[in-house]
Amino acid sequence: MNEHVKPLMPETTDLSRRSFLVGTAATGLVLGYAGVPGIDSAAAAAPASFEPSVWYSISPDGLVTVTCGKADMGQHIASTMAQIVCEELGAKWSDMRVNLASNDPKFNDPVLGAQITGGSWSTMMNFEAMSRAGAAGRIALTEAAAAAMGLPPYFKDELVVRDSVVSHPKSKKQMSFAEIVKSGKATKTFTPDELKAIKLKTPDQYTMIGVSVPQLDIPSKTNGTAKYGIDVMLPGMAYGKVVTPPVRFGATVKSVDDSDAKKVLGFMKAVILDDKTGTTSGWVVAVANTYANARKAADALKIAYDGGPNAKLSSQSLLDEAKRLQGLEDSGQFFVKDGDPNAAFGSAAKVVEAEYTTSINIHAPLEPMNATAEFKGDILHIYSGNQFATRSGAIAAGAAGIDPKFVVMHQHWLGGGFGRRLDADMMIPAVQAAKAVGKPVKVIYSRENDMTMDFSRPLTYQKVKAGVDGDGKLVALSHDVVSAWPTARWGIPDFLTPSVDKKGPLDSFTVNGADFFYTVPNHYVRAIKNELAHNATPSGQLRSVAPGWTFWAVESMIDEIAAATGKDPAQFRISLLDGAGKNDGGAQRLRNTLLAAMGLSGYGTRPLPKGEGMGVACVSSQERATASWTACVAHVAVAPSGAVTVKKLTVATDVGTQVHPDNIRAQVEGAALWGLSLAMYEKATLKDGGIEQTNFDTYRPLRMSQMPEVAVAVIANGEKATGVGEPAVTVVAPAIGNAIFNASGARVRALPITAEAVKASMKA
Amino acid sequence: MDAANDTPLLWAIREQLQMTGTKFGCGAGLCGACTVHVNGEAVRSCQTMVGDVAGKKITTIEGLSAKGDHPLQKAWVAEQVPQCGYCQSGQIMQAASLLAKNSNPTKEEVVAHMDGNLCRCMTYSRIQKAIMRAASEMRTASATSNERRPT
Repeated sequence: MNEHVKPLMPETTDLSRRSFLVGTAATGLVLGYAGVPGIDSAAAAAPASFEPSVWYSISPDGLVTVTCGKADMGQHIASTMAQIVCEELGAKWSDMRVNLASNDPKFNDPVLGAQITGGSWSTMMNFEAMSRAGAAGRIALTEAAAAAMGLPPYFKDELVVRDSVVSHPKSKKQMSFAEIVKSGKATKTFTPDELKAIKLKTPDQYTMIGVSVPQLDIPSKTNGTAKYGIDVMLPGMAYGKVVTPPVRFGATVKSVDDSDAKKVLGFMKAVILDDKTGTTSGWVVAVANTYANARKAADALKIAYDGGPNAKLSSQSLLDEAKRLQGLEDSGQFFVKDGDPNAAFGSAAKVVEAEYTTSINIHAPLEPMNATAEFKGDILHIYSGNQFATRSGAIAAGAAGIDPKFVVMHQHWLGGGFGRRLDADMMIPAVQAAKAVGKPVKVIYSRENDMTMDFSRPLTYQKVKAGVDGDGKLVALSHDVVSAWPTARWGIPDFLTPSVDKKGPLDSFTVNGADFFYTVPNHYVRAIKNELAHNATPSGQLRSVAPGWTFWAVESMIDEIAAATGKDPAQFRISLLDGAGKNDGGAQRLRNTLLAAMGLSGYGTRPLPKGEGMGVACVSSQERATASWTACVAHVAVAPSGAVTVKKLTVATDVGTQVHPDNIRAQVEGAALWGLSLAMYEKATLKDGGIEQTNFDTYRPLRMSQMPEVAVAVIANGEKATGVGEPAVTVVAPAIGNAIFNASGARVRALPITAEAVKASMKA
Repeated sequence: MDAANDTPLLWAIREQLQMTGTKFGCGAGLCGACTVHVNGEAVRSCQTMVGDVAGKKITTIEGLSAKGDHPLQKAWVAEQVPQCGYCQSGQIMQAASLLAKNSNPTKEEVVAHMDGNLCRCMTYSRIQKAIMRAASEMRTASATSNERRPT
């Protein structure tokens, strides 16, 4: 029996309680898992290993294996966790290894109290816990070495720990970590208070943090050995191919005729999903001995559907509904309510109003959704790459009709996540197919299943109104955001936010970013749930989530106000980032990134050729409380046809502390190109209740030939480490839109930007 | 290999041979994740049927080099190219077919050759750099071996 429990609600946890390192307790946990094959088997099989923390163990050969509780989807977070441990532990980098955690709650995030990866939170929320874990191990090893060398304990301060060796320069004695572990003397345990009292290194003492060490996962990703969920092979395994209805959500299966499927060699069964978790609707899975045969069988099934209540809906009907809701006086709930914008509009010298929209967008990670389910005794084993083990394990349990404590999740590398793998839909057909055929089943979505059944970035509609006084000062801003509510769909109250007007909780993952760091005395932000869209296109968290649309509106509007009042858009932003009141600190950091991006891009230093322009934007993504500071200058050329060429993106970001400078650059560049892709190339549409785009011929993420020059400046000013995986996604679209205006006078307000929209706005 | 002639080569490689370095991405030849070599030419294994390659030499990422040390694989590590890494087997196989014929490609030639391979993490600039690095190393290696050649 394993010790899994179901903390569906992320508890707010106290760091010390979560990160306690107690040798004996840890051993107990390892032994507790010995009954479940495949879990922590390395640690369980090597009782002589030193496991000073749940986060890592040191084996008698001196290898330090860090267990990463975060999903690694290419942000190299496993390697980053190892790097933070390594810094305080004093290990040699080539001795570090990583292991991906199971869903055991002992691997929960020390701040979030659940296993969830997103929000660019991982480094900032785990930095201290990993540092303390590493330091505790170093102290334990040092004391053990002192004893083994025959030094009195008070000599321990004379010991030096470096490169996995503890040495005593005075006596010229030394012991490697391997020798210390083999000696069996490293048994020191720490109470939570002792842990908290450990004095961590100061940044000037760092030898690992800030160094671009080789990422531990990269070699395996160049030779085919890295194992993703899709690569799982179990003895006796069957394969499942899902057949999904033409309607994204709400359809039901009326009948399945499998007479032709039965002619397919190796076909076993067609299983109609009975999904009590409400994650899927109207799905059938065809099970066969190979995936190729499962596909053939799936194609041969004749299924009759009832399309359900959403079968007539289109992108246009969702947008029409959004506009209707925005027009209602009492719609939605307030996320920000400072002063009284409506009164201020009455006395404003100038009022600027605009509507901004974004389309449905698809995650489309290159590894299609997949999961393998295996029932072994009482335990349901799930093999997949997932970003939210805590919730996904509960969904898998729901599909199986068992208690979540009987589910063991085997984490794998994620072939892209971007928020898509926060969901657990792929586990439901795997579980129910495995149950139906009595064998382990691996379900792999076709790309068509993956595209049409995405938990997409929702279609959004935003109305922004600004009031400027006689001196050209921005005195009022009201901002309505209408969308499906991706996080409300989780059903976890702790992830929702109380509204300022006490009208019940709102999904702040639809409005984050709108609570910006500009000083505007009268400021409303209203979050309005588009129930129709919410039901017809269940939405998810797509890389950067709300700031991907809120800053599109805010940063475009700021530019529109600057244009209306005859000001330079960059200087206008700087004047709004005065650091007054609640904006103190953040505003200045944001201003500095803007100045850095302006400097690096040569903004305003020379006249540009006709048809070219530069635009700026600056953002405090993700949430205000976990912001990092990012600015972009986009340089574009606009042809008379309206065709836009993005020549260069210059991005400056303030990350506080850099753990791995090269990785930060990689993430920021990837994020900026995601921003470009969403701004210019990616668009999904709903027709007759279904997503129209089914593969990469019609849904078109950026390709190599479309890549502009990208310049990245990273500011590390010694503040705490912030996230870098997402913020640069959000700054690019408004910078491009503003650059188009600068180049051509055309203002675009809909994403993605099309040549037709630019041309139409040029004429107007 | 025990697979029907109309089985896509991709699934025969992954399931029958249990070599999982070759990846499924789109099933339609649109992303390049499944790229392998057939007689040295890069092909999309999801669009190639087992019956069409009988008797031909198939090379996957696992067989590109003996120890994962093809100049491209070394360059991929040196430039720290992969993020999620899922597309990279296909990228490397696609690039290898270019460098086998042209060890001194221009940037334009690289882009034209690689444009069918999607990287959803958008590591394109590092892919380009790694290809250029590998090409340079291959030229140096071949120059060195030429020098050593007895006259």
